[in-house]
Amino acid sequence: MRGKDRVTQGVNAGSMADIAFLLLIFFLVTTQIATDKGILIQLPPKPDPNEPPPDIKFNQRNVFKILINSNDDLLVEDERLRDVNSLKDMVKEFVLNYGRNPDLSDSPKDAIVSIKADRGTSYETFITVYDQVEWAYMEMYGERVGMSADDFRKLDLSDPEQKKIYNQARDLGPDGKPNFPKAISIAQPSKSGGS
Amino acid sequence: MSKFKKKSKSSQEIPTAALPDIIFMLLFFFMISTVIRQDEQLVEQKLPQATQLKKIEKKSLVSYLYIGKPKNIASFGSEPKIQANDNFIEPNDIVQFVLTEKDKLDESQRDQIIISMKVDRDTKMGIVTDVQEELKEANARKLLYNTPLKAVQQ
Repeated sequence: MRGKDRVTQGVNAGSMADIAFLLLIFFLVTTQIATDKGILIQLPPKPDPNEPPPDIKFNQRNVFKILINSNDDLLVEDERLRDVNSLKDMVKEFVLNYGRNPDLSDSPKDAIVSIKADRGTSYETFITVYDQVEWAYMEMYGERVGMSADDFRKLDLSDPEQKKIYNQARDLGPDGKPNFPKAISIAQPSKSGGS
Repeated sequence: MSKFKKKSKSSQEIPTAALPDIIFMLLFFFMISTVIRQDEQLVEQKLPQATQLKKIEKKSLVSYLYIGKPKNIASFGSEPKIQANDNFIEPNDIVQFVLTEKDKLDESQRDQIIISMKVDRDTKMGIVTDVQEELKEANARKLLYNTPLKAVQQ
């Protein structure tokens, strides 16, 4: 009697690992780690109604105009652009002109890239265009400090060492203003259907 | 020779008794670290893709706005709508929404609030601009266009 009891004494725990594995794999597969990734932008402050808007005259050559109409067609510097992917190199050429070509910018400090969408433009096109311009600036910054665009973008600004590299790329002047700013302006869109 | 054989016989098998415990520990880790989506999405969310992405480290600062066509077209129509938390809001409710979200943060962090916009790719820029204008009004000027990574062929 005793001998028989002893055989069936413990619970068979051999398959416990299998069950746990099954659960683990289930959770691994179904888990979606929530990601907060995207294009971070800083909106300009709301203009003060008590103060008239500052009257700044931009030299036309220093503004790189990108217009997108409601059919998602692009007009870049008054010329139709069919391939969005060439925009990055156009922006780089424009910013890094240093006054050589009279149609392009005087210096990176003065250069402004202006994106103007229509109310009927699709969000996807806008993101693609903005992404290209952002990419152009990241590549230019990266080249200035000998990094790739991806590495430069991933700099952690809360780390003083990395912030130093970031400021070096932007050529921070003594007045705290960068000599190589990333000036991307999102203009108020025109009414739907307009140019 | 025979002496050696005897010795090795005793440590023949790897003890597997602790294996379930290890696996359970892994299981609990994944169960705890998993964040279950808190907002139920009422609008279509096919996000456009981009390459120049930045990661937000401080999740507590982020508030979400979803823009897109309502999934339930029969009761809400097919025009793009803004979803905040679990219901639809109009553009002029956004200031109020931002204030409520800011109230949830610490006093010192209120001006660092980040609005993460998840916008369907087919949405028109009109409504997106309206939202941005309201965000300027509410002084929540850090904006994230939430997009997944686009694979680049180069």
